[in-house]
Amino acid sequence: MAAQRKAVALVSGGLDSMLAAKVIMEQGVHVEGLNFYTGFCVEGHTHAIRKKDRARPKRNNALWVAEQLGIRLHIIDIVEEYKDVVLNPRHGYGANLNPCLDCKIFMVRKAYEWLGNQGFDFIITGEVIGQRPMSQRKDTMPVVVRESGADDLLLRPLCAKNLPPTAPEREGWVERERLYDFSGRSRKPQIDLARRFGFEDYAQPAGGCCFLTDGSYAVKLRDLWESRHRRDYDLDDIILLKVGRHLRPDPSFKLIVGREEGENNFLEGYRRRFVHLRTTSHPGPLVLVDGQVGEDELVLAARLAARFSKGRDAETVTVSVTDREGQTRTLHVPPMPAAQIPGDWYI
Amino acid sequence: MSRHLLDARGLLCPLPVIRVQDRVAELTPGDVLEVACTDPGALNDIPAWCRLNGHRVAECRDEGREVFVTIEVGADEPKAGDRVL
Repeated sequence: MAAQRKAVALVSGGLDSMLAAKVIMEQGVHVEGLNFYTGFCVEGHTHAIRKKDRARPKRNNALWVAEQLGIRLHIIDIVEEYKDVVLNPRHGYGANLNPCLDCKIFMVRKAYEWLGNQGFDFIITGEVIGQRPMSQRKDTMPVVVRESGADDLLLRPLCAKNLPPTAPEREGWVERERLYDFSGRSRKPQIDLARRFGFEDYAQPAGGCCFLTDGSYAVKLRDLWESRHRRDYDLDDIILLKVGRHLRPDPSFKLIVGREEGENNFLEGYRRRFVHLRTTSHPGPLVLVDGQVGEDELVLAARLAARFSKGRDAETVTVSVTDREGQTRTLHVPPMPAAQIPGDWYI
Repeated sequence: MSRHLLDARGLLCPLPVIRVQDRVAELTPGDVLEVACTDPGALNDIPAWCRLNGHRVAECRDEGREVFVTIEVGADEPKAGDRVL
């Protein structure tokens, strides 16, 4: 009897990669999952931060998918390496700051390296021709094959019949006849297949699971680069862009204002690295100051903190201001009326 | 058999899981790893990762702003080729 073949599946936590893995498992192949953490992942973070979500059961979709499939999952931290994909995408960005094609090439290349180290035979992804406007097109899918280095060890089980046969098909590791020919943006074939496999309650995030496809997030990231006069970031930067209201009254500084208790608690963990303000006469947000501020700017920041506190209609609100050395002093300021806050301060 | 602590406070999921994954790889079966987190998602994600990889969760404790998960490292990592269920 031939040795059991082994495939590594890119598992995002969404439906397509789950189905692709299952299709190959059904053919008797041993499958393990790889999930990459870029720092821009939508799921988890926002749930963890915002209090209103705390009552909802939280789960990591990739782990959940692996449990449904009964496969091992390897989660790989690629935050550092991924910067080059985000900052210098050879194939450019999609509608926002999403480098989808470079991202797919990068992830398949990482899977290819992993496969070599672990003694696996081929890679599977949930890609479907025409499903996504940038990385899953008839003309870009061969680019992923070529530039990742995976060549014909990359099998896309959901649309394989629309593509030339790959090594796993030619070598008889899988039967091409039992693969699929999905194409286009319709989700119906996937939903039907999920039903056949008995999968329910799977995640189907619109626009993917990455903050870089989000318009308002992309605006904040561009603002960060412009204000620092360099295109760069670290993990804390990109996580803080997911939290709070961001207001930039001046190119030299911006304010991050917690919107509710969960966000305030989360920002607490960062406060020592920033000049920060808190209203003390009334319940209110924690406000972090990112940038350089003088006395006038601090008073402005205090008035904005007061504006977003329960004392917004009071004559005066007391605000504590703590510098990076931990020295705290108190300001008494009138809250800034909402109508006086220019709309373009909101990033 | 020894007891270890992992401070994953301030990290958002899945980073606590990744840190656990990397730390457990250095431990031996029977070792105990206590993980401190601030992301309540860890209470679901770390046990899920343990189920997939054959480790036992001895305790999950929610203390409000901080949560704690205690793991007993399982027998040798499943060999590639074994089904994990």
